[in-house]
This record gives sequence, C-alpha cells and structure tokens, in this order.
Amino acid sequence: MILQSLLAVVTAYLTGMLYYGIYRNITARFHKRIGPPVTQNIYDSFKLLFKKESTSYGWIFYMGPIVMATASILTLLFIPLFNDGEMEGVSRYGDLFVVLYLMAMGPLGNALAVGISANPFGAMGIGRGLTRMAGLELPFYLSLMALVYFSGSSDITQIMSAQEDMPNMMRYPLLFTASMISLTGFLGKSPFDVVGAPVEVYSGPASEFGGKFLGLLMSQSAIFTFAKLLLMVDLFWGGAGSLAELLLKSFILFIITVFIGIVYGRFKVHQAVDFLIKIPSAIAVAGILLHL
Amino acid sequence: MESGYIIREQSSLEKELEGYDRSSSFIDRVVDFFRRKSIFVLAYGTGCGAVEMPPTFTSRYDAERFGISGAATPRQADVIIVSGYLSYKTLRRVIRTYEQMSSPKYVIALGSCTINGGMYWDSYNTVKRLDLYLPVDVYANGCMPRPESILDAFIALQKRIEYGEEKGGWERYIENIDYYRENQRAVLGDDIHPAYEADWYSSGGAL
Repeated sequence: MILQSLLAVVTAYLTGMLYYGIYRNITARFHKRIGPPVTQNIYDSFKLLFKKESTSYGWIFYMGPIVMATASILTLLFIPLFNDGEMEGVSRYGDLFVVLYLMAMGPLGNALAVGISANPFGAMGIGRGLTRMAGLELPFYLSLMALVYFSGSSDITQIMSAQEDMPNMMRYPLLFTASMISLTGFLGKSPFDVVGAPVEVYSGPASEFGGKFLGLLMSQSAIFTFAKLLLMVDLFWGGAGSLAELLLKSFILFIITVFIGIVYGRFKVHQAVDFLIKIPSAIAVAGILLHL
Repeated sequence: MESGYIIREQSSLEKELEGYDRSSSFIDRVVDFFRRKSIFVLAYGTGCGAVEMPPTFTSRYDAERFGISGAATPRQADVIIVSGYLSYKTLRRVIRTYEQMSSPKYVIALGSCTINGGMYWDSYNTVKRLDLYLPVDVYANGCMPRPESILDAFIALQKRIEYGEEKGGWERYIENIDYYRENQRAVLGDDIHPAYEADWYSSGGAL
C-alpha cells in the first residue's frame, strides 16, 4: 500500500511536470517561438531544490509550502488511479468530500506563510486567490454535489463504476461544462489567472518564496494538477483501466484548459468572481434541473 | 575618484575554460547540470540595455529555448542582469536586490558602461566599474550589446557552470565582503540598507 502510494506520487509528479512542459511548448508555438525542452519544469524544480540558500521567516514560513505539498499529495492519494481496483493505495478510505476538503486546505496553509513574510505582493496575491476560490468553488461544488446525488454515492469508486455504459460527461454535459470552467481556474489558466499575474503582483503568493520553498511549491503544483485532472477523469470520464488510458484522458482534459487559457485575456478579480457566480453556476443549476 | 582603490585582480574572469577540471563528484555534476539547464533571470533595467532584453526573451530570439526564463522577484532569481550604466542612487538598489537573491547567484553586466563607464566615463554620479561593487560573472560588451550577445553571455555562463568553476561570483562576494563593502561605502556612505543583510554578509553567513 505504501509502495503504491509512493508510485502514485512519483507518477503524478512526472506527469504533471511533463504536462506543464508541453503546455509551455504549446504557448511558445502560439507566440511563434520554439519553446523550452519538455523536461524544463523538472530541471527548474530540481535546480530550486538544490539551491544553497533560501530566505526564511521562521517556522510558520516553512509550514506554507509543506502544508501545500501535504494537501496536494493527500488529495492525490484519496483519488483512485484506476477503475479496476489496481494500485488503489489508500484511496478507498476516503470519499469525494474528503478530497474536496483537502483541495481547499493547501491555499489556506500557504496564506499563513505568506502573511508571516509580510510581503505586500504576496498578501495581495493571497487576497486575490481566496476571493477567486470562492467563485471557483460554487459551480464546482454544485456540479459535483449533483453528481453525488444522481449517482447515489459519494464514493469515487462507485461513481466511476456507475458510468460503465455511458460516461458522466455524456450523461450530464452541463455539469461537466460547469466543472471544466472551474477546472480552468483551479489550474491557474487564463482568464482566471489573476492570482499570480506576473506584471501586476509579481508572482502573487509565491513572491517571497525562493530556493527550496519555491522548488517545493512547483513540485506540489505538478502533483496537484495531476490530482485535479485525475478527479475529473474519474468523475466524468469513467476513470481509466490502464496508465496509457489515464494519461490520454487526463492529457485531453489538460489540453482543453490550455487552449482556453491561451486564447483568453485575464479577468480582474471581481470580473472573475462575477463571471463564475453567474455563468458556470447557472449552467450547473440548469444541469441539475434538467436531470432531476 | 575610483582610481584610488585597489583594483582587484580580474584574471579569473579571463581564464580559458578548457583548462578547468570538471566537478569531481557525480552529484556535483548532476547539480551543475540542473543549474545550467534552468536559469531564472531578474532583468534589472537601468540604462539603454533594458531595451535589448525584451527581444531576447520574446519571439524574436526566444531565450526560453536555453532554459532561460524571467523571474518575478529577486528571491526566485539566479541571475541579475545589470543593463548598462548605473547611477550611484541606483547602485544602492541593485546591491540590495542582489543580496536578496539566493545562492548560487550570478551577475551579468551589459555594455561598456559597466566595464569602464563607457560614454559616462567622466560623469560625477555614475558607476565606472561595476565589478568594484558587485562580483560580475560575465560581461557582454558593446554599446549596446545586441540580443545575440546577451544570449552569448548566457551560454558563456552556462559553460562556466558546466565546468564547475570553483569560485562563482557569489562566493567571491562572501569571501571578500569587506573589500566590496569598503568600495560600496566609499560612494554610498554608511547608509547601506537593510542593515541585517549587510551584517549577515559581513559575518560570513553565521548570524
């Protein structure tokens, strides 16, 4: 079980990093550039972890990236990797509610660390991040709770096995659309990328993190990205039977958010929340009413 | 005004790399590989060189091909580019920014202004030799160096990292902090802030 969990984390790290490498390449092609190697993000994170100095502001500052990483890894571990019970690790001990709770835990832990560093740009980023999260969560939770209601279970394995004849994305297309819009925001893509807006608030919450702290943040971000994609594959696409299928399905979902992100500009915070509370939430509510 | 100071031997800047022993241990080589492959740049736009940096990083010259990408804050950066002439007032900020970066860190200086003052050679408030105040790793000379030269400077830096040079600029800075502080104080006065960072360096990182 421990070995399976470790393997899951390593897979998620490598996959997440490679996805981000491909994402950077695609963005580069859109800019008419060549772009970095696909493995660039792995180089970046290792280089940061091998830095000799990292400025710290005491133990609460250490807690930030650690809480983020813990939350990401736990989120991943409680989501089943495959739909046939292989490599299940500890995933059968938690259900969708645990996963949703853990997904919100990381940013809150990080807020504490950013607060202690007293960096104004960091605080601004956290303010934006938490405000945006309030907007993102509404359509996401609405569609996921509706899914739990329709499937009659909050157990992810059972939701997966209930879609053998038809995946939930075909059965409940409106719920899928609403949660995909939220996923775009959760993955930090435009138009919901105001949290780390590079020229406005430098890198937002990460402004004051350097060296190994930033390395840990980057690594956990890759794992968290994969965990979110895995959750979407499990809930809406019937899970995957093999690693190749899992990679293919999660990559397709990832690439959809990438393409949305590339063509759109950036919403301001209030615009993002305004949009998320109105449009995707309305889509989710319509999806619920349609299938009641 | 600066001629009165001891001009430090700059032979290390002119050494041929071929004569170097590569890093001996395997782990050192792996670490050097990652450092070489991923360089986060803090572009400190001071003089006219600032205008050469956007084309270096965008579609035209695409520095990201070599793993070189922009960093948002000094905390995240590996390299600081000082792009051209520095007034003494700006020097204070550059020193502060440099000291906020995490080691290993490197300095790339652009243009003749950072080497010998360039066209500001007789100016009363401009830095003539940047190396007196900060440990410069690579110079890109010219007035101004084009993006090709800047990329060349980066590749030179990557080679230096690859060959595992025993003393990077940041190590020289810590070892010779008294020398650098003396030079900095001579033009900036005693008000080098923030004090805690200055003390940290002066104590050899022991605080």
